[in-house]
Amino acid sequence: MTAMAIFRSRTWLSRSFSSLSSHPLRVCVVGSGPAGMYTAEKMLKAHQGAEVDIIDRLPTPFGLVRSGVAPDHPETKIVTNQFSRVAQNDRCSFFGNVTLGSSISLSELRNLYDVVVLAYGAESDRALGIPGEDLSGIYSAREFVWWYNGHPDCRNLSPDLKNTDTAVILGQGNVALDVARILLRPTEELATTDIACHALAALEQSSIRKVYLVGRRGPAQAACTAKELREILGTKKVQIHIKEEDLHKSPEDEEELKNSRIRKRVYELLSKAATTGPSLPSSGQRELHFVFFRKPDSFSESAEYPGHVSGVHLEKTVLKGVGSGKQIAVGSGQFEDIECGMVLKSVGYKSVPVPSLPFDHKNGVVPNAGGRVMSDTSGDPELIEQGLYVCGWLKRGPTGIIGTNLHCAEETVASISHDLEHGLIASPSTSTKPGREGLLQLLDDRNVRAVPFSGWEKIDCEERKLGSLKGKPRVKLGSWEDLLKVAV
Amino acid sequence: MSMLEAAHEHDIELEGKDEMSSSGACEGSLACSTCHVIVMDVDYYNKLEDPTDEENDMLDLAFGLTETSRLGCQVIASPELDGMRLAIPSATRNFAVDGYVPKPH
Repeated sequence: MTAMAIFRSRTWLSRSFSSLSSHPLRVCVVGSGPAGMYTAEKMLKAHQGAEVDIIDRLPTPFGLVRSGVAPDHPETKIVTNQFSRVAQNDRCSFFGNVTLGSSISLSELRNLYDVVVLAYGAESDRALGIPGEDLSGIYSAREFVWWYNGHPDCRNLSPDLKNTDTAVILGQGNVALDVARILLRPTEELATTDIACHALAALEQSSIRKVYLVGRRGPAQAACTAKELREILGTKKVQIHIKEEDLHKSPEDEEELKNSRIRKRVYELLSKAATTGPSLPSSGQRELHFVFFRKPDSFSESAEYPGHVSGVHLEKTVLKGVGSGKQIAVGSGQFEDIECGMVLKSVGYKSVPVPSLPFDHKNGVVPNAGGRVMSDTSGDPELIEQGLYVCGWLKRGPTGIIGTNLHCAEETVASISHDLEHGLIASPSTSTKPGREGLLQLLDDRNVRAVPFSGWEKIDCEERKLGSLKGKPRVKLGSWEDLLKVAV
Repeated sequence: MSMLEAAHEHDIELEGKDEMSSSGACEGSLACSTCHVIVMDVDYYNKLEDPTDEENDMLDLAFGLTETSRLGCQVIASPELDGMRLAIPSATRNFAVDGYVPKPH
C-alpha cells in the first residue's frame, strides 16, 4: 500500500468518525522544531475546526531538539514527548522528507492552505568575512553540532581532531560552550549518551587538549547563561583559565549588570572562577581558556599542512557605549595570535530565504508584524502577505531557548486568530483550498515519499533498539538512506 | 505534590503544561522554565524554601520574571501554604494586539 493510500484511508476514517466541521480551517506549518510544534499545538487548541499539517525536510521531526541539543543534555529533550502528542492529534499530520522550495514551492503551499506558518528556523551561518575563512579546519559550530548529533547532512564532515592540540572557538554563547564541552569532556562520559558513533570515535582519538573561547567583549557581556557556564566550569579534569584583569568593570558594565539578572549571575560565575584560579598544573589536564576583548582579524595558513588553518590573528578591543545601555567592541590596533589547528565559529545562525518569500537580508529574518509576514522591509503596515505567518528563529532571529518559542507561537497564533475573526483570512466556509488532500496529490505526482509520523516512530524504535545494545539511549541512523529505508 | 501537579489535578491551565503530563516541557527536571508561576503574596513567597542555584538558573530565562517568581514544579504543597495564590504570566501581555487592523495586500 503506498503512503498516499495510507493517508487517504486515514483521512476518510477521520472524516467519517470525527466531529470535524465539513470545512476545516486548513493550516500548514513548515518546520517541526519547537516553533512549529508549539504553533501547531496552539492552533489545534484555539481552533477546534482546524486541520494542521506539519512538513519538515528531514524524515525525523523536532528540529534542533534532535540535532542541536547536546547529547549530554537529555533532560532538555524531554519536550519531544509533548511534541509527539501534538503530532499524534487526530487533526494533525506530520509529513517528513518534504522540502519547501524543492518538493513544493511557497506559492503552491499558499494555494493549498488557508494559513501557512513558516517555522523552519536558521540552517545557515553568519560569516565573519575575514581572510582565511575558507581554510580547512574552520567550521561553523552549527556544522560541528550537526556532526556530533548525527544529522544526515553532516555525517561526512570528518573534522580532523588529530592534527592539533588546540581548538579556538569564536563566540561565548551557549552553543560555543556546548562545543567546548564536547571537545573537553572525558569520552567515557560521552559514551553513554546519544552522541553519533562517528563523533565518539573521533573524540576518543582526539589530540585536542586546549580550547579557547574567544569573545569580542568582556565577561559582563558574555552571551552564555548560568546553567551552561556552571556546568562547563565543573567539567572533570579541565583547568579553567580566566584573566583577573579581564574582570575589571567599568561604570557602564556595572549599569548593564544591574539591569540584567542573567548577565549578573554569569559575571559572578566567571569572576569566582578567575579568582579561584587553575589548580596546580598537572600533566594530563585539559585546559579551557576564556579570552575576552579579542576580535578575529584573519586566519593563518599552515606551512606544513597547506590549505589548513594554523592560527587566528586577533585584534584587541575596547568597549564603546552606543546609547541605551549597550556597548560595542571597537578594534584598538593591537594584535596577537593564537596557534591552533581547528576553529569553530559560533557567531550566530542565519536563516535561508526561499523564492517568493519577503526577506530582510540585513537581519536574516522574514519581515513581520507580530508574526504576520510583511511584503517588504519598509515597515508599511498596509503591506501584509495574506495568510502567511512566521514563528521562531525565522521571525525573531536565532536567539533564545526552546521555551522562547512557546511565547513566540502564542503571539503568532493570536495574530492568526485575530485575522480570522476580522475576515483578513478567507473564512473556512467559503475557502476552496484543498489542504491535505491537495498536498498529498501534489507530492504523489512528484514522487516525493513523505514520511508520516508513524514512519518517524519506526525510526525512533530502531534507534532505541540499537542504543540498548550499547548502553546508550539511542544510536541515531546517520544517513538519509537508512532513515528513509526504516521509515517506510 | 508540586504546584504543577496540583494545577493539573484541578484542571488549571498552567502554561507549558501538557494535558497528558503532570509537569511542564521538561516534566519537572529543572531543564526549562515553562511552569513559571508568580506568588501573589510576598508573605507566602517568603515561607517557601529559597530556590537552589539550579532553579535560579532556569528562572533567569523565565518569561515575565518578577521578584516573587518560582518554578511551579519546585513549589511543594504543605499545610502552611494554605491559601497561597499563584499567577501565571501572560505572554500576550507583552505582545499586545492593539486593535490595529492591517489591510491585506
